[in-house]
Amino acid sequence: MLGPNVADMTQQGVRWAADQVLALAPDAASRKAGSKLGAAGPWSETGYSTTEGAVWGLCKGSGSTPYRTVVDTTGPAYQCGCPSRKFPCKHALGLLLLWAGPDGADGTVPESEPPEWAERWLAGRRERAKQPEAPSSVQRKGSDPEAVRRRAERRAERATAGTTELEQRLTDLLRGGLAGAEQAGYGLWEETARRMVDAQVPGLAARVQELGAVPASGPGWPVRLLEECALLHLLDQAWLHRERLPEPLAATVRTRLGLPTTADGPPIRDRWLVLAQHDAVDPKLTTRRIWLYGAESDRTALLLSFGAAGRAPELALPVGLALDAELSAYPGGRQLRAALGERFAEPEPTPLRPAGLSAAEATAAYGTALRDDPWLDTWPVTLRDVIPVQAASGAGPGTSTSTSGWQLADADGRFALPLSAAAVARPGLWKLAAISGGAPVTVFGECGHGGFTPLTAWPDQPGAEPIPLS
Amino acid sequence: MNATTSHTGRTGHTPAPTPESEPEPARTPWEDLVTSALLGTDRRRPDVDVPPGTGVPAALLDAAAVETVRRRAGLRPAAAAALPERAAPDTRPPLPAAARRRLALLLADRSGPGGSRRGSAPDLTELLPQWLAVADEYGYAAPPELLPALFDAARGRTDLRPQALRFAGPRGLWLARLNPDWKFALRTAPGGSTLPAADDTERVRRLWQEGLFAERVALLAAVRAHSPAAARELLDGTWPKERAEDRLMFLDSLRAGLSDGDETFLERALSDRSRNVRATAAELLSALPHSALAARMAERAASCVALDPARTAVQVEAPHACDPAMERDGVVPNAPPGRGQRSWWFGQLVEATPLATWTARLGGRGAEAITALPVHDDWRPELHAAWCRAAVRQRDATWARALLGTPSAPEAGGPGAVSLAERAKLLAVLPPGERAEWVAGFIDAHGLSEAFQLLGVCALPWAGALGRAVVDALNIARDAGSYPWSFSGVMGLAERCLDPAETSRLESLTAIPDEPEDGAPGAVGYWAEAFQRLAGTLRLRAQMIAELDPAGVTPRRPA
Repeated sequence: MLGPNVADMTQQGVRWAADQVLALAPDAASRKAGSKLGAAGPWSETGYSTTEGAVWGLCKGSGSTPYRTVVDTTGPAYQCGCPSRKFPCKHALGLLLLWAGPDGADGTVPESEPPEWAERWLAGRRERAKQPEAPSSVQRKGSDPEAVRRRAERRAERATAGTTELEQRLTDLLRGGLAGAEQAGYGLWEETARRMVDAQVPGLAARVQELGAVPASGPGWPVRLLEECALLHLLDQAWLHRERLPEPLAATVRTRLGLPTTADGPPIRDRWLVLAQHDAVDPKLTTRRIWLYGAESDRTALLLSFGAAGRAPELALPVGLALDAELSAYPGGRQLRAALGERFAEPEPTPLRPAGLSAAEATAAYGTALRDDPWLDTWPVTLRDVIPVQAASGAGPGTSTSTSGWQLADADGRFALPLSAAAVARPGLWKLAAISGGAPVTVFGECGHGGFTPLTAWPDQPGAEPIPLS
Repeated sequence: MNATTSHTGRTGHTPAPTPESEPEPARTPWEDLVTSALLGTDRRRPDVDVPPGTGVPAALLDAAAVETVRRRAGLRPAAAAALPERAAPDTRPPLPAAARRRLALLLADRSGPGGSRRGSAPDLTELLPQWLAVADEYGYAAPPELLPALFDAARGRTDLRPQALRFAGPRGLWLARLNPDWKFALRTAPGGSTLPAADDTERVRRLWQEGLFAERVALLAAVRAHSPAAARELLDGTWPKERAEDRLMFLDSLRAGLSDGDETFLERALSDRSRNVRATAAELLSALPHSALAARMAERAASCVALDPARTAVQVEAPHACDPAMERDGVVPNAPPGRGQRSWWFGQLVEATPLATWTARLGGRGAEAITALPVHDDWRPELHAAWCRAAVRQRDATWARALLGTPSAPEAGGPGAVSLAERAKLLAVLPPGERAEWVAGFIDAHGLSEAFQLLGVCALPWAGALGRAVVDALNIARDAGSYPWSFSGVMGLAERCLDPAETSRLESLTAIPDEPEDGAPGAVGYWAEAFQRLAGTLRLRAQMIAELDPAGVTPRRPA
């Protein structure tokens, strides 16, 4: 058996960290099931190949024949003989954990040649990887600029019809009074949202849908409903008069409406620190938001990744690692969203932390961002030296919604940001309090009119790793 | 219509967010807009300019959009509430990274599916107590971010609390004050905060006067370990002012390190206002063989038990009354329903009598010879049961051994004089090695069906002979064709308690053999699965324990 130290020295760069593996799991149940399989017991004939970028093994399940599991670590892509519809399945996760863990380095997963069954699948993947250009180039040839223009025009006409209809409904609502909306309940908004889906403006549909929940959201709802209606009206009017807007703002309006855009900004290469990764799970769709911070460009960027029901979004970047890669921004003023381009190296640990702001600087940053995108609900900021405080009672001045009694206070004890109601309902709040222990911490999160939502915290120790507050 | 596009322009020059709050006028333009919006512009016209070609509602929305963005852009931080006190520092070393990940997984599994049938995967929840025990042995500090999950786990399982709270340390105690769900931590914490040195009289006295209940319990234990007399002095000082519930808990904490020096204090507690306090004081006194109470009880009991004229058997004459003096010494006068008063009193007397009394009383015989004596008039079960309780209370291994008998004796497996529950308690008095050997012998002779309770008192991990006996018995049960879930209790225990070194012996059992003709259909498959899970759990435990070793990844045999 190879000594662990020797193995560490020769293979550390190649093997993944267990956290990296666990981040691939489609859901919590898979994470648990996978970690249970991450010990040598059920596995046999395991191995990995640096040249192929593959790990494989046989896993004994409850049946008589073991499952053949193989992972292409360059993708990553997975293949397993089990009937699970989770992706990656627990066997693939278990195999990767075994490979990443101390047992793997001990020689349980030795470097070797892939067996015939694994090689077949890997060869098939290499074959397919050679022709990715083919379909897209066909599409490019087939995309006659004239046809593209006509399609865009038709889409714009529909959007205009949609926004005009929404304007009509909003003015009707204001004429009759918001009090009526309380009695009408969800139905009114559901129907309007469906009309917006028909008009192919999903951004408007989503906003309208959310309006339905406002009358039931507790005291102060008329204020919140008027705010949202007014911003919706502002968006309608911006679209209807888009020819008078400066281009970045017009792009923002198109994005807010939900019209298709592409990340055509110039690629920015940087060492991107992964600030936070969190999933919003919907029965139909999982939306993963990954916040990145570029050390040299001093910018914060947002990557979105989607997974159909039951599948994890493909992109997974563990918090605290830094990624040498290129990002391209989507169009729009104050546009945070970007697309991940070329990655030059595997993510690796970094002592890097974003520069932090005080509470007053954070609200100012949000206010400044509204200049370019008045529909922003929040703005990503890192707070420096703040202390979670359980305040005796609710709403602070300056917040439009009632808050919960928790705030993040500057260490000098003068000013504080109230936490959002969503943040207070999450278990992450207690993690944050525990990490602080009454001492200042650095916190990354989303700062907005509804309060501050903490996403990641750095304990107040030199070299402390960031802790996701999920 | 121009207004809409200029909104965004106007947000540009937001007021610099100066955090002083100014007094607002009685009715702001915004409030005016909200009122009109709520009632409807048909009913209440808002105070806005309506450009030509625009309706009043659109003009209201224009104005509201400006106001909304203005309000948001001018957002100011709130005044900070009073900052919390800092948690006391935790000087224990941090967990190794792998162990921290493992703990996160163990805690995450807690809410796992309580599915009807267990597959071949290990049940992580059951490993948490063991993980905590080993972590505590090394004296690691808990990672703060896992404290909330740890508390939630301990909240649902009282048996986890002492370990979990010790591990949680000062940061845990600090955190528990913030969340009403974790109030239990303030009551049960075994000294979460840093205690003053036991000889720092002034600070000790102050914490004793002002501390939380949990802190005081911990303080008492710490001072008692250092100087029992000083601890009693503390207790004496505040005793009459304590609540009955707290008096009971403090008294109970004297159980550790009980000595003859405690007698005076306990004697006084025999006259306490609370019945529970009196009963506990009596019980503690009877565990001190040289106490006056023990002597009084011995005198009473001895008058009830004697050798018969032939001096070859025991005869019993139960007491005819329970006098106030007996009551003061902790004898409960009223028998539970279905029991005779006299035998009830008798049992309590014998239970509180020092066992050494009997050698003198019954012809100089030792424990083994005494328990072998016949007993007249069906008093044997009552007498032996009382001796069992006495042996447990006085932690007398010689008597426990005698009362247990040999594990392979035929009556040991049946409903003999000594019940399984009593046997389990007697076993706990024996040294761990002897305990394991006795239970192994019992399983070899009688199988697993009666062994569950006895296995529960064996030390972890199960010593070699015991582990082998359990695996062999499971193997026999499989060959006999029964289903594994008939043994799920023992299987579950085995997963937690078998020495991980036994894993290799299990490997051969995880294969699926041919179905025996007379076996239950499908049973072999389920057995293979059950053994796989057992082997998997053992492997996981070995890895888990290795991860906690500060020396690194070499798996070590658990102590």
